[in-house]
Amino acid sequence: MSKLVVLVEDEVNIAEAIRFLLSQEGWRVETLANGSGAVEVIRKAAPDLVMLDVMLPGKSGFEILDELRGDPAMGDLPVLMLTARGQSRDRAMAAKAGVSRFMTKPFSNAEMLDAVRDLIAR
Amino acid sequence: MREGLTGSRIRERRVMAGLKQAELAQQIGISASYLNLIEHNRRRIGGKLLLNIAQALQVEPQALTEGAEAALIAALREAAGEIGLAEAEADRADEFAGRFPGWAKVLAACRRRIAALEQTVEALSDRLAHDPQLATSMHELLSTAAAIRSTAAILTETDSLQPEWRDRFQANIHQDSRRLSDSAQALVTYFDNAAETREVAHSPQAEVESFLAAHDYRFAPLEQAQTPQEAIARLVAEAETLKSKAAQHIATGVLQQIARDAAALPLAQLEQTVATQGHDPAEIAQALGQPVGRVLRRLASLPDLGAGLVVCDRSGSVTFAKSIAGFTVPRFGACCPLWPLFAVLGQPGLVMKSRVAQMGRGQAEFEAIATCEVQAAPAYNTPPLSQSVMLLLPVPSGVASAQPLGATCRICPITDCQARREPSILRDGI
Repeated sequence: MSKLVVLVEDEVNIAEAIRFLLSQEGWRVETLANGSGAVEVIRKAAPDLVMLDVMLPGKSGFEILDELRGDPAMGDLPVLMLTARGQSRDRAMAAKAGVSRFMTKPFSNAEMLDAVRDLIAR
Repeated sequence: MREGLTGSRIRERRVMAGLKQAELAQQIGISASYLNLIEHNRRRIGGKLLLNIAQALQVEPQALTEGAEAALIAALREAAGEIGLAEAEADRADEFAGRFPGWAKVLAACRRRIAALEQTVEALSDRLAHDPQLATSMHELLSTAAAIRSTAAILTETDSLQPEWRDRFQANIHQDSRRLSDSAQALVTYFDNAAETREVAHSPQAEVESFLAAHDYRFAPLEQAQTPQEAIARLVAEAETLKSKAAQHIATGVLQQIARDAAALPLAQLEQTVATQGHDPAEIAQALGQPVGRVLRRLASLPDLGAGLVVCDRSGSVTFAKSIAGFTVPRFGACCPLWPLFAVLGQPGLVMKSRVAQMGRGQAEFEAIATCEVQAAPAYNTPPLSQSVMLLLPVPSGVASAQPLGATCRICPITDCQARREPSILRDGI
């Protein structure tokens, strides 16, 4: 059974590129463009990895991360966060909320794939 | 000048102490003739020698020096504190100021400049963090760049990409590149406009002024408010321009004054009086039985008059300014002491009316009406807090002679001014 990633990203074209890249690596990718129902979807899908954008319609990436970490079943779930605001403040907030890894846009595909492999190998 | 006064004070104190020049000179280990030169203000005095003389005369060194030097030493100590200089070193500030007065002034001036610049930087970085339009634009730009970078890499790096995927990604790049150029364009336009029309608020006072200006100095919710405090809190909370705590505090004070004025002198009553008997403040005050200060403030809120208003507290610090073209109220530094605003300070009840013109480019003329009013409730044996209010009404220039005055000395072209505090940076011919 191949590994499953839930990708929460409202930029359609970024989502499409990431979906393509991860599929090539043998991942199954479930994509969401809205933050509001994300936690429920993630809970049901029980993925191996979550990729979260920070600025999302409905609910921010930080809020989603916070709820995930509040759930004992998902306390250890690897979460890779993506942001288009490379501010140190965002990075600090993400670290505080318990992010596994933090990446700023624009990133290279190789960087992103390395990060994913790294998170799963842990 | 400073040394001159110091020498005279030493002489005065020595005579008071009943010491002969020779006796004092011997005590402090200098020749009597040198002390004589010092006392006649012919030699600079400071540092260790000043401290020794002060000790011999049993007075504080500050008692021998002018106020300006005390301020200088305070500024030096402040600078030392900021850097974390050791206490023993910091205690030698007066010695330093005495031995190197010029350099000490340079240091103090640099410290003031740094403080002013820090305030500006804070205002600017605040803007980067809090300007939602800028944040959105940057986010848009970076997101689109991320999409293009990823997609382009897939197109170049994936061997044997299936044609339908290739077409798809090419279409995406095309779409995103359009978006990128649009958002870059929008950002440039934003900065262009920002440079022209949007002023960064440098200080809490500036924030308050832009807040008041945005409301045209009129606050309908305060005109017939049953519960003005609630209305004021709401206005302050909703104001985007009032970012700092200090600005919110100042704005609250200003709005409370407006609410008090509005309750005592309703807008409708004022407008009716102006319509029937003109806008002479003293006449209106008499007709309505209102204090002149209140009438001045209320008149300033009538848009038809286009008047300016300046208010200062008992120390002469400007606490409120409604600017008017042709009359500059300096944001940093002290104002021109010739303003009627300051002439009435400390003389509650006095109302001055004069025609004034601020020298410089433009030279608009104004009818200035100024008065001083007591602010606090009376208490025994306590000098009352007072504030001065000055209304500036634009008048046609050249009709009658106007008193020339300035904004602040540094940018004032008036020569031979009794009130000049420091030289102007303007040279002849500018």
